[in-house]
Amino acid sequence: MFESLSKKLERAFKNLRGQGKLTEKNMKDGLQEIRMALLEADVNYKVVKQFIADVQERALGQEVLASLQPGQVIVKIVHDELVKIMGGGNAPLRLSQTPPTIIMMVGLQGQGKTTTAGKLAMHLKKQGRHPLLVGADVYRPAAIKQLEVVAEQAGVESFSLGPQADPVDICLMARGEAQMRNCDVIILDTAGRLHVDEEMMSEVRRIQSQMHPHEILFVANAMTGQDAVTSAKQFHENLPLTGVVLTQMDGDARGGAAISLIQVTGCPIKFVGTGEKLDALQAFHPQRMADQILGMGDIVSLVEQAQQVVDREQAIEFQKKARKASWDLEDFLQQMQQVKKMGNLGDLVKKIPGMSSMLGDQEFDMDELKYTEAIIYSMTKKERQNPKIINGNRRLRIADGSGTSVQDVNRLLKDFEKMKKMMKQMMKGGKRGGRRLLRMPGM
Amino acid sequence: MAEEKRGFFGRLRDRLSKTRDTLSGSVRRVFTGRSSIDDEMLEQLEETLIGADLGVEAATSIIADMRRLAKERRVYDPDAFLQLLKDELVQLLEPGDHALTWETEGGPHVTLIAGVNGSGKTTTAGKLCAHLTKQGKTVMLGAADTFRAAAVEQLTIWSERTGVPIIKHKDGADPAAVAFDAVDAAASRGVDCLLIDTAGRLHTKVNLMEELKKIQRVVGKRVPGAPNEVLLVLDATTGQNGLQQARIFTEALHVTGIVLTKLDGTAKGGIAVAIQKQLGIPIKLIGVGESVEDLQPFNAREFVEAIFN
Repeated sequence: MFESLSKKLERAFKNLRGQGKLTEKNMKDGLQEIRMALLEADVNYKVVKQFIADVQERALGQEVLASLQPGQVIVKIVHDELVKIMGGGNAPLRLSQTPPTIIMMVGLQGQGKTTTAGKLAMHLKKQGRHPLLVGADVYRPAAIKQLEVVAEQAGVESFSLGPQADPVDICLMARGEAQMRNCDVIILDTAGRLHVDEEMMSEVRRIQSQMHPHEILFVANAMTGQDAVTSAKQFHENLPLTGVVLTQMDGDARGGAAISLIQVTGCPIKFVGTGEKLDALQAFHPQRMADQILGMGDIVSLVEQAQQVVDREQAIEFQKKARKASWDLEDFLQQMQQVKKMGNLGDLVKKIPGMSSMLGDQEFDMDELKYTEAIIYSMTKKERQNPKIINGNRRLRIADGSGTSVQDVNRLLKDFEKMKKMMKQMMKGGKRGGRRLLRMPGM
Repeated sequence: MAEEKRGFFGRLRDRLSKTRDTLSGSVRRVFTGRSSIDDEMLEQLEETLIGADLGVEAATSIIADMRRLAKERRVYDPDAFLQLLKDELVQLLEPGDHALTWETEGGPHVTLIAGVNGSGKTTTAGKLCAHLTKQGKTVMLGAADTFRAAAVEQLTIWSERTGVPIIKHKDGADPAAVAFDAVDAAASRGVDCLLIDTAGRLHTKVNLMEELKKIQRVVGKRVPGAPNEVLLVLDATTGQNGLQQARIFTEALHVTGIVLTKLDGTAKGGIAVAIQKQLGIPIKLIGVGESVEDLQPFNAREFVEAIFN
């Protein structure tokens, strides 16, 4: 899905390339592709309609600089508009001057409220706060138990009265508990509920009116479709939401619901959830989100996604090396191993801008990685650092050592050179989409 | 689930009333004051389908078909046109085996329940358990979600509510080992149905998908032919990513059908239409509420009628 989208956009923009002026007519195909891209990313269709109209208007009214191609202009306008909608920067948590700060988690069922509550507690603990996790979901079996386990994992306090108690009472009691246990932040984990369930919505309103939370965070997962508009709107009509947490951003959903959520609630996205572990909570970056919605990955988010297994410094080093093309087989091996840990290589590689069009339908085979690894392992350190010295004799030895054939070794060396070249082109510019996307100001 | 048949139509229609109002309403709005079918109307209709999460591809192709059909059959009347649209959707949804028999020759009938996090797997396992028990079958639960905090406890509460045995290990245990033990116990105790709840996982996590494959494999080793059903649980609020979920889960497992949960909100679950259309995976069950009776067998005609009428 990812690949075809990037391709389509690139194709649409390519059609525009070489044309001097933007007209309603020559933009039509490009805009249609953008519309499709946004809809497939689950941006609400009404938002898309307005958005396309805005972009068209802006593009038409804008002078096209002679040095720029129309395609570039549209990419930039679309990207900028998306970033504008999603707010300039990331918004921090509002913490009360006088403790306790009260944070309330709300949302539909199965969005990841309890996990996010735990992540938030961990995040605050790292900042030197003492959070109290409060289990107010008395409906879902074992939800309170889950919160207790999560609290233990995060190393923070938890409190509940068990599944027989009234959620409002639990929250009210939590105040005293927090004071007793010297906690300065109270995180209320409420039950998942449907926005059309009047009884349940009234319960959550009661909690709000009794507790006066400083933050009411609407938790929604990145896979949410068109209905995000309706559910978020009704939650917002019932509660003065202050922020959104977008969960399950570690999947391959494009997350267009983010736009709907921001538009409907008028609240910033304060955090994104990027994994099952409790430290997988990150600040929201509108720029990156715009890239993701449009299907134009960037190296930075590639790095972020890989953070569980890849050292950030190593990744920066990799970028430097790739730029200078001083990238050798040892780096290649190292990256390959990290990538293997991360999973689907094809999807990941396609996150590199311009890569999907360069690669076409070529698929990455995980099994082939094993052979590649074996071949590199059979090389000496010197050979890995300088593959040019690998002559016929060395090739024979490497093939023997790795249980492959000389042809396999040849292929690997050839592929490696090709890849090195590709990296260089991408980083330094020179070939198609890569350069433009990387160099686009503000991207 | 036959005994629940009574009132199904009404219940579903009731639950989907929000959906009905908006969808049918907008369809009707499209028609008022029009005497012929023009592009603007078709575009609005397409938007309505997109708004129901059918996706651009499915919506576009349905509208293209509608355009052709309407011309062929000289349909200009709004009601006839709506009927045509419904028929088209029913035709899309009908292919495949939507039935759940819960029966198998020899050995227990084994069902594997999979899906992404938060789609409602454990709840579906619990509700199915209650259903089957009511039908007089002997049921057993296998708690193969050893990852999420308190997932085993959650399923245990369902086992207590329904009075069926549960096979579980400690948190963090190998889920395939739990699954094997569960099948082993189900076979040796001669229970009719075994429901195995697995941990939620994003389809992009290769290792976790491998783990699922392993569960499916070991289950088949103990009881040939098992699992008899592999149900993919899908949240009706899911957007276009649902297609990718279905695609990758199907690559890993022999998915036999979709359970579409949380249809009692305002989400239309249109992604299931796209999944059926593009991947041919039938919807087997739909969840239209929180109570046990609200997990219902899927019927294409009723589903479409409930959306529009």
